[in-house]
Amino acid sequence: MDNAAEVQEREDSIKGVGCSRKRKEDARFVQGTGRYTDDLKLPGMLFADMVRSPYAHARIKSINKEKALALPGVHAVLTADDLKPLNLHWMPTLAGDVQAVLADEKVHFQYQEVAVVIADDRYIAADAIELVEVEYEELDVLVDPHRSMDDDAPILREDLVGKMDGAHSKRVHDNHIFNWQAGEKEATDRVFEQAEITVKQEMYYPRVHPCPMETCGCVASFDKINEHLTVHLTSQAPHVVRTVVSMLSGIPESKIRIVSPDIGGGFGNKVGIYPGYVVSIVASIVLGVPVKWVEDRMENISTTAFARDYHMTGELAADSEGRIKALRVNVLADHGAFDACADPSKFPAGLMHICTGSYDIPVAHLNVDGVYTNKAPGGVAYRCSFRVTEAVYVIERTIDVLAQKLGIDKAEIRRRNFVKAEQFPYQTCLGWELDSGDYHTALEKVLDAVDYEALRKEQQEKRAQGELMGIGLCTFTEIVGAGPSRNCDILGVGMFDSAEIRVHPTGSVMARMGTITQGQGHQTTYAQIIATELGISSDEISIEEGDTDTAPYGLGTYGSRSTPVGGAATAVAARKIRAKAQKIAAHLLEVSENDLEWEVDRFKVKGVPGQEKTMKEVAWAAYNNVPEGMEPGLEAVDYYDPPNFTYPFGIYLCVVDIDKATGETSVRRFYALDDCGTRINPMIIEGQIHGGLTEGFAVAMGQEMPFDEQGNLLGNTLMDYFVPTFVETPHWETDYTVTPSPHHPLGAKGVAESPHVGSIPCFTSAVVDAFAHLDVTHMNMPHSAYRVWQKVHELGLDQHA
Amino acid sequence: MIPAEFEYHKATSIQDAINQLGAHEDSKLLAGGHSLLPMMKLRFAEPPTLIDINGIEELRGIRLEGDTICIGAMTTENELIESEILQQHCPLLVEAARLVADPQVRNRGTIGGDVVHGDPGNDHPAVMLALDATLVLQGPGGERQQPANGFFLGTYWNDLQEHEILVELRVPVIRQGVGHGYSKLKRKTGDYAVAGSPVVVELDGDVCRDIRIALTNVAPMAIRAEAAENVLRGKVIDDALIEQAAAEVIAACDPAEDLRGDIQYKSHMAAEMARRSIRAALQQARG
Ligand SMILES: Cc1cc2nc3c(=O)[nH]c(=O)nc-3n(C[C@H](O)[C@H](O)[C@H](O)COP(=O)(O)OP(=O)(O)OC[C@H]3O[C@@H](n4cnc5c(N)ncnc54)[C@H](O)[C@@H]3O)c2cc1C
Repeated sequence: MDNAAEVQEREDSIKGVGCSRKRKEDARFVQGTGRYTDDLKLPGMLFADMVRSPYAHARIKSINKEKALALPGVHAVLTADDLKPLNLHWMPTLAGDVQAVLADEKVHFQYQEVAVVIADDRYIAADAIELVEVEYEELDVLVDPHRSMDDDAPILREDLVGKMDGAHSKRVHDNHIFNWQAGEKEATDRVFEQAEITVKQEMYYPRVHPCPMETCGCVASFDKINEHLTVHLTSQAPHVVRTVVSMLSGIPESKIRIVSPDIGGGFGNKVGIYPGYVVSIVASIVLGVPVKWVEDRMENISTTAFARDYHMTGELAADSEGRIKALRVNVLADHGAFDACADPSKFPAGLMHICTGSYDIPVAHLNVDGVYTNKAPGGVAYRCSFRVTEAVYVIERTIDVLAQKLGIDKAEIRRRNFVKAEQFPYQTCLGWELDSGDYHTALEKVLDAVDYEALRKEQQEKRAQGELMGIGLCTFTEIVGAGPSRNCDILGVGMFDSAEIRVHPTGSVMARMGTITQGQGHQTTYAQIIATELGISSDEISIEEGDTDTAPYGLGTYGSRSTPVGGAATAVAARKIRAKAQKIAAHLLEVSENDLEWEVDRFKVKGVPGQEKTMKEVAWAAYNNVPEGMEPGLEAVDYYDPPNFTYPFGIYLCVVDIDKATGETSVRRFYALDDCGTRINPMIIEGQIHGGLTEGFAVAMGQEMPFDEQGNLLGNTLMDYFVPTFVETPHWETDYTVTPSPHHPLGAKGVAESPHVGSIPCFTSAVVDAFAHLDVTHMNMPHSAYRVWQKVHELGLDQHA
Repeated sequence: MIPAEFEYHKATSIQDAINQLGAHEDSKLLAGGHSLLPMMKLRFAEPPTLIDINGIEELRGIRLEGDTICIGAMTTENELIESEILQQHCPLLVEAARLVADPQVRNRGTIGGDVVHGDPGNDHPAVMLALDATLVLQGPGGERQQPANGFFLGTYWNDLQEHEILVELRVPVIRQGVGHGYSKLKRKTGDYAVAGSPVVVELDGDVCRDIRIALTNVAPMAIRAEAAENVLRGKVIDDALIEQAAAEVIAACDPAEDLRGDIQYKSHMAAEMARRSIRAALQQARG
């Protein structure tokens, strides 16, 4: 074997970055041996179940626990009055507001937690909640956020009356939460006044729910003797939970252990702290036994964090050639009854100011008002970095409208406005520095792959025959990897992340991170990063996350931040180890450190064939033969504070055919090109993209949380709430380009959310395009058969001969 | 998601089941459980006693008796789909069963439970109307036969008498010159119909001798669109007549508005499903 082949063979055997290694997690999942929170059974464990409000807005006149307490097997019934002495009837939210743990005198949304029953088993608990008698006095309900700031609107938050200094701004009405702006208002307005062409489009991004397969839950276990609290829970951010629990309970963090075991999907739903967790912890402390609380599906959809619910207006000013001169975006954000958005503290509208998209826009202004309504709190990122889905939706929709108004093809208008490859790093007018990108190349690749011209021609023919065919395009830029601690924190903790790597004497590795996998495959991909950095096969590298007693402190996994932040920490920690290993290798080979070069899995003395030490040999020496003055062992920790976000991008194209008789949309083709920089595991990327596209399809085509005028949530079961199966899911075609991030140690950008963020406006673009020749500029989601048919019918396209 | 407390009894024969229904006040029969148990889990229904009829062999199976197919009430949807007798002699039932719910539900859900449950979204009642089926019912007073047409009275309301059990369903075999069609619009796999329409047509040469157009989930119970049938009966059916019939279908609908759609949408979808089924049935009848 020649030398190059031998090196290649060693390279392959390591299964490092770039290898489509099979997922390490799957063996246990496909054999049914995953271990989820609800699988945990502790001796003497009791069960909590919630009494919930049937009304969206009502005063609680009385609560009678007697009958419930009389049921054999019931240990306690707790209400806000019981939590008051502990000062736990309200708790802080991540957004600077407070939220009732159990309804205090008033309920603010349907299904709100009013009392909790603790019983021997979940069956008794379910019977007991029916026996708790609550007397309500119904109040006027506020459902429409457009009415929130009316003079005669019912005031929801009596606890905030007169407190006009909000967490983020002055409040101008008792139902107002904040006003938040980015960019230059006057300069933007001026451009609009003088522009040759302006367009304005209103759009509603419906309230949706991430609906993970596993609902939220916890098992709280307080050890009275050692005063030690252990909580297993479905959390995407276990370390943050530990800090919050300590702050609320007064128990030192060193005596609190939070464990996130296997998680059946999070998608943002499992970032926040829910009343169920708090009452389980309180009950365990009071009763001295473990207490389990697990939501059912309806509770999950109805009460734990929703996403979106943005009423947006996008406006573009341009010249007659379609070159954008300014962007103006106005948002009315429905936050429900408590502001429990999970965003970095400084950004009440998340990273919405990425809304200039992939375009070179000279000036822009974004204005967001958050308001209260009688709906459940939340406002999390559902498979997207903070509010990026909304931002991408508004710019991609509005640029389509501009193209339509000017009669310019939607691919062409994007070509004219893209930030050019040579402009990177590019400063957006709303304050971000796009790290790298090559949008033009990616767009042409997609247009060629699908033969865009032929599709447009076919569409012409179809239109002539009265058929409805649509072509959607979305050319998005994401912002992920929150984030640099200069602008990102959660409750004051900077949004770094961490890795701790230990190389054992025999050269195997144990590594722990502050993030937590929920389907992303960290056990597989983090090992690949270490494998490449240290030259140790990823099969010998174990990854552990989610136990705050063992893992280093990190902010968790959401917003596609694990690879950009946790992955960077992993690479940097591994590099610290390699730097130490190089010193040990030099000592063993009796040369200077600088005489060594690295090759796959070993240090070689430059120019002296055969003089080399493998990482395994060095690992052994690290425990018995280190240079004088060096401490033994081979491990490192890194807390990585990213210098910037990363900006993955993609070009998506979708072709739909619409059945005029029923309104059903069939997705004939969906082509997704993603650029996430360096690709760590192409198979996992492919899987993440398939999952994200499928969730995007769900949101665009069917998911919504409708309310009636009384604030009743309609459709909180899987009969109504759309979770597609293989039958509905279109066929996905994927493609990629690679534009590494210049500031990330590996050049990687994060990918799992791009397909969600990018596909949703692409579906809307396609459905609207089917009607574009009839002067339709926008249709609100979801594009269910029912809604699409209404448009067909309104336009008289369903007339039969 | 957890039902209230209930007692469970297993019936060993039809007579035993009838006796137990009499012995336990407000008791309910448990067939496939895919309508009853969800209602109990949501505590919309809290029957104190369940009488499980899954062990009764006489209630299962499909047999051919001359020109009639006899289907045991406890025959599951998947058994309908797999039945060679039905595939050959009653394609409508096979097609309809395929569109009921999802594979898990079809493994346990029974045709009998579907026919008597009373949810307007159930598919089989309209299919029974279109097929002009006969229900065989047995109660404390003995057995009686009741045409499907006339059995369905409203939502969760039919002609089943106290302590009576549906034992068997009898449908005619498809003959030369007869055609079946079934169309159902649903939002996704496992969903009930937005609207559905089974159609059976009998041709005499080119002339429509008889036609039955039934509708699912667009009224308080399964209904026949009789005015639409009258438009077509005795005629040579063409596109213009189908449009007239479709207009009568819309007029016959009385659906409840829900997330599947408003009254207008559901009525129009019923018409579209009827159109499609009429065309399919005609094609089959013409051979
Ligand atoms: C997710 C889901 C989707 C569904 N989608 C559809 C659909 O698309 N179309 C559709 O038609 N159905 C649908 N169903 C309902 C399903 O087909 C049920 O199985 C069916 O409605 C009831 O049959 P069963 O055998 O399960 O009856 P059960 O649920 O056991 O009983 C239903 C009722 O009928 C009574 N009963 C049962 N058998 C007899 C008998 N022999 N004599 C007298 N009374 C009896 C019971 O006492 C009970 O009141 C769906 C169900 C689910 C869970």
